[in-house]
Amino acid sequence: MPVNADFQGRVYPPTETYRVSAAKIREFAEAVGSSDPVHVDAEVARARGYADVIAPPTFAVLIAQQCDAQLISDPEAGIDFSRVVHGEQRFTHHRPLTAGDAVVGTLHVDAVREAGGHAMVTTRTELATETGEAVCTATSTIVIRGDES
Amino acid sequence: MSTQPTTSAPATVRAFSDVSVGDALPSITVHVDRARLVQYAGASLDRNRIHWDEPFAKKVGLPDVIAHGMFTMGSAVTLVTDWVGDAGRVVEYGVRFTKPVVVPYETGADIEVSGIVKAADPETKRVTVELTATADGSKVLGRALAVARLD
Repeated sequence: MPVNADFQGRVYPPTETYRVSAAKIREFAEAVGSSDPVHVDAEVARARGYADVIAPPTFAVLIAQQCDAQLISDPEAGIDFSRVVHGEQRFTHHRPLTAGDAVVGTLHVDAVREAGGHAMVTTRTELATETGEAVCTATSTIVIRGDES
Repeated sequence: MSTQPTTSAPATVRAFSDVSVGDALPSITVHVDRARLVQYAGASLDRNRIHWDEPFAKKVGLPDVIAHGMFTMGSAVTLVTDWVGDAGRVVEYGVRFTKPVVVPYETGADIEVSGIVKAADPETKRVTVELTATADGSKVLGRALAVARLD
């Protein structure tokens, strides 16, 4: 099934607010094995100058993938989720995601292309607080495997 | 090495003046099994069946259940955050997923992670660490670069 190249360049409206919680940060840090107490101990975090516990460097993917779902779940995009493999991921942190942040994501479809029988889609999610402070840029490339693989 | 959280992480950020290009970071081994993937699926909200449902994974042409690329990416960078001394100092982090980490039911898989300082900028005190992650003898991350701001 071909991926719809017309989606390249599309920008989605900002998502609903995602509220970053200390509980989710702890759960995520435990799942990736990040032992830095800055994820779980607000006093440690404040001593280092943060407002509250902060998320591990890849936590933003949780919010970014919710933004990506706008594209992936759109039947017109032609993306078969069962054939999706993650190709690349990048984060640029303007500051750490912090418990208490109220964040919205704006999804940009930067590229849609075919390569070697597979389709590749690059998306970029700009995460910012509700008040417009840039927090993180998350860029992802997914590969939709062709039928013959 | 255990990958469970402890309370004994470093309290201070590494000094830029103590770091040289070519320095090697202490290597780690991340063990991943099906239970860990279910834990990560719940934490990350990425519940794609290829990461925990073996018949489904095989039906869509995979050799077995594979780890979330984001699990590998997220666990590998703990090498950097532990070395830096503050997880909030990682300002950039990017990887390519070159090969899936296959996670057999019985044995799970070990991901070996090492890192080398590739660049150090005295003006910004930012260092670039190149990570190498291998599982079952194959590189599973490519162009894995983390940039951290030191003191």
